[in-house]
Amino acid sequence: MQNWVLSTLTVMMLFVTTGFLTPAHARLQVDITQGNIEPMPIAIPDFSGADRQIADLGRNISDVVRNDLERSGLFKPLDPAAFIAGQSDINYQPVFSDWRVIKAEALVVGQIVRETETNFRVEFRLWDVFAGQQMTGLRFSTTPDNWRRIAHKVSDAIYEQLTGEQGYFDSRIAYIDETGPKLDRRKRLAIMDQDGANKETLSTGSNMVLTPRFSPNGKKIAYMSYESLIPHVYLFDLEGGQRELLGDFPGMTFAPSFSPRGDKIVMTLSRRGNSDIYLMDLASRSTQRLTSDPAIDVSASFNPTGQKLVFTSDRGGSPQLYTMNADGRSVKRISFGKGRYSEAAWSPRGDLIAFVKSYKGEFSIGVMKPDGSGERILTTSYLDESPVWSPNGRVILFSREIRGSGGKNQVWSVDLTGRNLRKAPTRGSASDPAWSPLLP
Amino acid sequence: MFKKITFISVACLVSACASTPEVIQQPQTASAPIPAPVIQAPEPVQSAPVQNSQPLSDLSAFEPAPVPGSMDDFIYQSGEDRVYFGYDRFDLNETSRAVLRKQAEWLKNYTNVSAVIAGHADERGTRNYNLALGARRADSVKDFLVSLGVNPRRLTSVSFGKERPLDARSNENGWAKNRNVHTNLTSGLNTNPAF
Repeated sequence: MQNWVLSTLTVMMLFVTTGFLTPAHARLQVDITQGNIEPMPIAIPDFSGADRQIADLGRNISDVVRNDLERSGLFKPLDPAAFIAGQSDINYQPVFSDWRVIKAEALVVGQIVRETETNFRVEFRLWDVFAGQQMTGLRFSTTPDNWRRIAHKVSDAIYEQLTGEQGYFDSRIAYIDETGPKLDRRKRLAIMDQDGANKETLSTGSNMVLTPRFSPNGKKIAYMSYESLIPHVYLFDLEGGQRELLGDFPGMTFAPSFSPRGDKIVMTLSRRGNSDIYLMDLASRSTQRLTSDPAIDVSASFNPTGQKLVFTSDRGGSPQLYTMNADGRSVKRISFGKGRYSEAAWSPRGDLIAFVKSYKGEFSIGVMKPDGSGERILTTSYLDESPVWSPNGRVILFSREIRGSGGKNQVWSVDLTGRNLRKAPTRGSASDPAWSPLLP
Repeated sequence: MFKKITFISVACLVSACASTPEVIQQPQTASAPIPAPVIQAPEPVQSAPVQNSQPLSDLSAFEPAPVPGSMDDFIYQSGEDRVYFGYDRFDLNETSRAVLRKQAEWLKNYTNVSAVIAGHADERGTRNYNLALGARRADSVKDFLVSLGVNPRRLTSVSFGKERPLDARSNENGWAKNRNVHTNLTSGLNTNPAF
């Protein structure tokens, strides 16, 4: 937990770009709008440091940055063995010809400077190699134990400059860690950094837990637990480590999700066999019933303004996606394709809804616009489910069960264009991912 | 019981002795009295699932009948402690109703017993929808038992969705078994005497 608060973190722009700006120059940018892009070649030499300890730190930070950018699928960090020259002082202009020769389009040079016994400074500059221009320069000051988070912040700054979108590297992933055979599975709440570092389990496994969701400030996780005879939604405080039961409902509560401001939780209450969606105000603990249909209504997810929800209902005869206002009015079906739809997750950008579609014995992750148009299928397998969005709305994490694997699940990620399908770096079997917001 | 006639000569019954048919002798046991039939406990009725969480196979002929009011007795008398459902269905078919009628009779005989009515779904659905589906199935069973006179306060319905499969197979047979509601007796049971 010590990495959660960057109390000493400061960020400064590194000296405003020196000299000649050429306004006519087209800004270096990864084209992220097309389906099939070439990852941008980027050179990231190890960040330098004056003594051995901070040089080690520099190398570790550079490793994390290279790994972050590579995993995004948008960048191709070049092999440092191919570099012609290094750079020990980042306050000189690089020799761009050395980087053009190895076809680097972007160059990141950085250094670590010791400030005090307990503090150090990470400085870096991002250069457009062909234009010979600095795109950004930042300086972070922190304690050594925060080096990973600094590295992710460097990655986020580079990503932001080169894609025009917010990054997502300084974030965490909660998930359900799974052990044991299919007929005797143990499920524990677990958390890790987005890149798989700092793995922790947060529950003992004596009670089955499911479907974690982060609060918008990243400090709490709502999840479902079977710790009493009737399972309920609980709230876990990541800083204090304590958990509390949410509400005193006369039936099973499940499928929790926070409102964008974090003041409310939407969940499903099953009463006398009928599942409906309820909204709970976290301060007053008062609840409001949003659906009252005799069909199954489940898995609600807010849009980023908090004014609308998307949810699953089988009121039309099979599970389909519907939207409604935050007060339960104006219910409208949005999924009309062939198959059964469920588990919709509204993108934090608001422009897309991710969902699970099952059709002809296979399960897919797809996206559609909030009005149901523009459906695109991104992945298909024996069982793909539980999609959630990265904080920038670019990447989707989901659970995948591979047939014949004894029911073993893995968490995978895919870009919203359907590219860059990768297994997430959980320790072993895992399901039900949740993605934190970008950390402060 | 068929042993008694095995030493009848059957060597020439078919083709080998076509010329001189051998007389088929009367069973030699004819003079001995036919033993009285051994009264066996009938095999417990076992419908769809072969694999069951309860140790049905222990109820072999030489063991005493289950202790009345025990879990074994409930399964023995009802035939089954689970009922099964079609894909994405939560209605009870006639087989299920017959089992539940017997379960209800038993529960009305042993009024101290409480039960958790646990609804389950197969893995061919998403997690939360399956939790909701399991809840519907459990409620169908609970409603039916209550309609037959079981006090609703003795029955707690709960859903496990697809989280607690009975059968590990990822095929139609496995899924069919995993779409069930389990009447799980939790308290007030008589237990077997210690051996």
